[in-house]
Amino acid sequence: MRGRILPSSVSQVGTVTKYELVNYFRSRRFFVLLIIGVIISALLTVLVGYYRPADFMSSSLKFYYNWFNGSITFVIILSGIFYGGDAISGEFQNKTGYFLVANPLRRSAIYIGKWLGALTASVIMLAVFTAIAIGNGVYYFGLNIPYQLWVSVLFGLLYLIAVLGFTFFFSSLFKSSSISILVTAILFLFAFMLIQSLVEALVKIEPWFLITYGAQIVTNTLIDPYPTTSTQGFGPNAFTSYATTIPEGIAILSTYFLVTAVLGLLIFERKEFT
Amino acid sequence: MNSPSIEAVNLSKRYGSFPALSNLNLRIEGSKCVGFLGPNGAGKTTTLKIFTDMIRASEGRALINGIEVHPNKKKALESAGALIESPEIYPSLTPREALSMVAELRGLPKGERRKTIEDAVAEVKMDEWLDKKVGKFSKGMKQRINIAAALLSDPEVVLLDEPTTGLDPRGMAEVRDIVKSLKKRNRLIFMSSHLLNEVQEICDEVAMIDHGKLLVYDTLSNVTTRFSNDGGNVVDIEFLRDIDQAVNTNIASLANVNSAERMDPRRIRIRFSGGAPIQERLLSDIVTMKIGMISFHSPTSALEDTYLNLIKDTL
Repeated sequence: MRGRILPSSVSQVGTVTKYELVNYFRSRRFFVLLIIGVIISALLTVLVGYYRPADFMSSSLKFYYNWFNGSITFVIILSGIFYGGDAISGEFQNKTGYFLVANPLRRSAIYIGKWLGALTASVIMLAVFTAIAIGNGVYYFGLNIPYQLWVSVLFGLLYLIAVLGFTFFFSSLFKSSSISILVTAILFLFAFMLIQSLVEALVKIEPWFLITYGAQIVTNTLIDPYPTTSTQGFGPNAFTSYATTIPEGIAILSTYFLVTAVLGLLIFERKEFT
Repeated sequence: MNSPSIEAVNLSKRYGSFPALSNLNLRIEGSKCVGFLGPNGAGKTTTLKIFTDMIRASEGRALINGIEVHPNKKKALESAGALIESPEIYPSLTPREALSMVAELRGLPKGERRKTIEDAVAEVKMDEWLDKKVGKFSKGMKQRINIAAALLSDPEVVLLDEPTTGLDPRGMAEVRDIVKSLKKRNRLIFMSSHLLNEVQEICDEVAMIDHGKLLVYDTLSNVTTRFSNDGGNVVDIEFLRDIDQAVNTNIASLANVNSAERMDPRRIRIRFSGGAPIQERLLSDIVTMKIGMISFHSPTSALEDTYLNLIKDTL
């Protein structure tokens, strides 16, 4: 034992990430999510191939917009729930944390390592989904891939980072895996959307505080020209359709990530393995 | 080279108004095995968890080799291996992978890892399972891998929380052998256990705790001498053949022997005054008598007797 030098925390983060990924790649969860992503892509492929909807076929940009609209954010949210929902709470509930925590490494190394593992697994999902979309796009429109697609994928990655920051934060709040997964799923699949609709329709303010509002930039980028906030009707019947700008969207997603990542890390640092 | 040490300084832990640990002061130094005894909820696991920074002390400090654990966890645990409760390993990993992770985190040189892991797994008799997924293992098999993980980096200080939990009798015996071998390698082992015979067999010292308070910390013989009903000065003698009353009388007449009680035709329990030197002399005297003695040992109840005297409640 003497004379041995402990690895740096950065190196330990890499070790945690590596074995987290080994665990993911062998788990049923990874393949279930992969299959879900492939099924969504396959359904789109068949439907577009069979019906050739005019909205899809008018231009390559519209093709990618319609392909991504709704589906890419769904894949990102599913990845967040699958990989982040119980990432930390599971360490307490399943007692796997007892195996790691009693070793000479900072808890932050565990948290960051697990987060990077979840991000890598989610990026693989996103890459598979995007590759199938591009495959279809190339089939119909050739290699003329609009630059907005790459911007959209980049924003998708930012959204994924923010979602994983958020899900890890919620995961560190609970000691029960099922509760943390359930709360995260309800928030992303229902609550945020509902709140956004209510805020826009009833309170009539821009929902800048919602992560799902910031995520609009992922698909809005694929609209030419980029949509802006617009109001229809007059007086009390006026309805404003809010559209986040790119700087706003980046700011919202980045803030969500930074705040939830710091809070999640602080909670995990202080949480006790009782 | 300094001796390995652990030290609790005014260590307290409260959960709300419940004091799980109250002002624990304990310094253990040197290569030895110290048994940490107490009833359920006494504060044993709480203490060990504070030493591994799994929970934070409400007050006081926990030090390993002079380094305070909470603010310097990485440095303090560098020289310590720990098994707290019964950790679970990611079910899709094999023991080789799980131990590789520990080896990498602890900085074992790459060239040594393979052999170190194989040796550690062989020591806990799990070499046939090295490349099977942990998810299929029984509780006892997982515990063996956990023990291998705790000892993988050959730590100076070993903290074990009921290490034989889930193990079959053979597994328990093997763990006892492992702990004995650690003592020979100049290691400090601090081990909580409910199994008094296990502690009596392998530990040199005992610390007893109840309701979060340390009751006693001393050598095994001193503790049993001070706190057992017989003052620890009790020996059971077994004979090859049935013995007659004359043998009983002869033994009872030896110096310092207070009583010689025939337990059965081949067994006598003697109570004597004085400590270990007198016990040694009595052994020599009875051997000289050539009466077919085949066993001379303290009844295993000595520590149990002490435990029951010191600890009155079970919770």
